[in-house]
Amino acid sequence: MGGTSSATMNLKLHVWRQSGPQSGGEMVTYEARDVSPDMSFLEMLDVVNERLIEAGNEPIAFDHDCREGICGMCGMMINGVAHGPEGGTTTCQLHMRHFEDGDEVWIEPWRSAAFPVVKDLVVDRSAFDRIVSAGGYISVNTGSAPDANEIPVPKVDADQAFDAAACIGCGACVAQCPNGAAQLFTSAKVAHLGVLPQGQPERWQRVMDMVTQMEAEGFGGCSNHYECEAVCPKEISTDFIARMNRDYLKATAKGRKASPGTGQSIGNG
Amino acid sequence: MGWILDLYRSAVFKKYVMAVTGMMLFGFVLSHMTGNLKAYAGPEEFNHYAEGLRELGKPIFGHGQFLWVMRTGLLIAVGLHIWSAFALSKHNREARPERYVRERHQKSTYASRTMIWGGVIVLLFVVYHLLHLTFGTVHADFIPGDVYHNFVVGFQSPVISGFYILANVALGFHLYHGLWSMFQSLGWNGSRFNDLRKKFAVAFALVISVANISFPIAVLTGAIG
Repeated sequence: MGGTSSATMNLKLHVWRQSGPQSGGEMVTYEARDVSPDMSFLEMLDVVNERLIEAGNEPIAFDHDCREGICGMCGMMINGVAHGPEGGTTTCQLHMRHFEDGDEVWIEPWRSAAFPVVKDLVVDRSAFDRIVSAGGYISVNTGSAPDANEIPVPKVDADQAFDAAACIGCGACVAQCPNGAAQLFTSAKVAHLGVLPQGQPERWQRVMDMVTQMEAEGFGGCSNHYECEAVCPKEISTDFIARMNRDYLKATAKGRKASPGTGQSIGNG
Repeated sequence: MGWILDLYRSAVFKKYVMAVTGMMLFGFVLSHMTGNLKAYAGPEEFNHYAEGLRELGKPIFGHGQFLWVMRTGLLIAVGLHIWSAFALSKHNREARPERYVRERHQKSTYASRTMIWGGVIVLLFVVYHLLHLTFGTVHADFIPGDVYHNFVVGFQSPVISGFYILANVALGFHLYHGLWSMFQSLGWNGSRFNDLRKKFAVAFALVISVANISFPIAVLTGAIG
């Protein structure tokens, strides 16, 4: 690792505090003193929380897990941008060197009707799980394992599927979208299996079911603002949205209907 | 027919409707603008063109019949476009009920964020425009059939011309976002093609709004008159 900077900085944080799903919330101001530029954004919040706990106050609740940018758990609006000012970065991989001494930082939870706030910066993203359940599977024969590489996959298709599969389901796309829409997430999940030969048997049913579930969850529609693409930490392209629109139209023309039960088990109401 | 209503509940499907009807309306504004360029050719040419519109589709259609077929198609397209737009706007507002204290736009544009308001301005303008130059209800000196006269007299008022100019600026923004968006909504994309979508949108939004704005300006400056 390169040289570490010894100069620390002081920041003023405005953080959304909300004690529970039903209670109202408000922005509360905190001083974050002696922040090292080498800290990640979450480590900075850890320090603030330690001091809050020492002073006998409730720490700021936020989601996090791997802190390596691959699990999709963390995420918050930082100065109006999902995951903060650095492109292609999750909140845990955002470092304080991108801020300056004396900066004011506004920190808010993801906002979408389909992502209700659980507490402070923690939102319920189980709607994403239900979209994946609706179509994120393929049919395989049971029995002995097939030989590796038995099914030829063109390189371009493999690359495209891999680009879609890079989605970590963090929800930044929904949070940044003025319509609270989940098209980027859903289209990545549709394409992830849909461009591969193994995903062909369910291709049309998958897009029908996943779109139906997405809309039942209360996500908005796509107005082609492309805000999602700008903040996606995995830089997933809105080309997948066009692909989903195309496949949904074809599935419609083929007379596909949503599978029974799809779009009916809405957890968040 | 129930399946159409089922589909219509879907926001993705409503965007197809927006795209297809938008394409029809684009075809209309493009040919409307092109036809009106005849105003630069003088009264005889312009009035002849206007009369010629009633003879479209001859000899299969009689006088004015095909024009009404097209008007009916346009009215249906306008109705579906507006219906879908309001349904989608309502749906989108409900999906994002709370705003952020701090908002920073990333890739969205002024045009993309004002689609609904641009659309409302264009709708109000179209109503006025029909009363002004088609029915003549709000025209100072309307002579049925003398399209050139109505055109020149109508634009001699700076207030009316100003409104036409403003409405066409709004139309330009609306067309820009709509023209490339319709490809995305219908799933017509590709890495080679996506750049062209934006260029196509800029070119046609500019051509249509600039040409339309030139008509009142030409009358006000005396280039047509």
